[in-house]
Amino acid sequence: MTGGNDHHGHHHHHDDHDHHHDNDHGSHLSQTDARVRALESILIEKGYVDPAALDVLIETYETQVGPHNGARVVAKAWSDPQFHDWLMRDATAAIHSLGYIGRQGEHMVAVKNTEREHNMVVCTLCSCYPWPVLGLPPVWYKSAPYRAKAVRDPRGVLADFGVTLPEGKEIRVWDSTAEIRYLVLPERPEGTDGWSEEELARLVTRDSMIGTGLALTPAELKEQGA
Amino acid sequence: MKPSNLAGAPTPLPPLENLPQHDGEPVFRAPWEARAFALALELHGRGVFTWSEWAETLSQAIRDAQSRGDPDCGDSYYEHWLVALETMITRKALTSADRIDARQDAWLRAAAATPHGEPIELGRDGAPVPPA
Repeated sequence: MTGGNDHHGHHHHHDDHDHHHDNDHGSHLSQTDARVRALESILIEKGYVDPAALDVLIETYETQVGPHNGARVVAKAWSDPQFHDWLMRDATAAIHSLGYIGRQGEHMVAVKNTEREHNMVVCTLCSCYPWPVLGLPPVWYKSAPYRAKAVRDPRGVLADFGVTLPEGKEIRVWDSTAEIRYLVLPERPEGTDGWSEEELARLVTRDSMIGTGLALTPAELKEQGA
Repeated sequence: MKPSNLAGAPTPLPPLENLPQHDGEPVFRAPWEARAFALALELHGRGVFTWSEWAETLSQAIRDAQSRGDPDCGDSYYEHWLVALETMITRKALTSADRIDARQDAWLRAAAATPHGEPIELGRDGAPVPPA
């Protein structure tokens, strides 16, 4: 892999600068890129990691694991009362039953939004996140401003995300750990009676499962699709 | 948290500025982030460390960066991750910091000796590759 960090900006501003004059001075790696290659080549040579396994992991996280997994969990919980109860009682097992299995041995807990209560997830220490159902965390989730503000001023965070909750609604903030990861079960939007699980899953955004957003309404979904 | 915040309404903090807040951002922003990520998962998968140990080491790396003035806005996350990975590798004596330094230099020399556009391979500069 040659990486995306090759630098040759001191040449011309022509569109074709990739193809001229570069052969006389070789390629450039950033210090960081070279550092990671150093670690990887050492670990492979010593047999601590398998290069093929690394490729599979990256491919999996780039293409297969993402918020669509969590959306399926939520849609099923909205549609199937038995699954709902199982999810609330033992989220780890219920989620595993759909084939979403973590590698870090994390224990999953589902927290449910209701008319009276809104839940929001943060990891104040190091951005622990429910990878099997949401993929890898977005940049803002990993930022110190979010981590600090979610705990001190959750309503303000929601406002930053353009979400206003009714005055009386209580907000609970859940701090993830290496052992416990939370998944927010958002409220099912009005006007979705009779929708299939596949249709419902399209209403479930990543942010609604972190608690910095709500599930889309049918009207919002239509707007997005337009 | 100030005690006054516990009693009344919390003082609003400034908005979360400059943070991309939408779905659909790339999982990794550079290939090295993906490699560093996968290396930690693979070492954990092989039982080199527990996930609690990892989370603790990563938290420490983040705190250290913050105390050095990193605004820690999420974009430096994989830099912290890399620091934690290196800490773990040397703590578990899989190799030494000196050897990592030497190997890093070897990669930089190899890159400089590789015509642009060709894959960079260790040893391309003709010098012996330092031991793992």
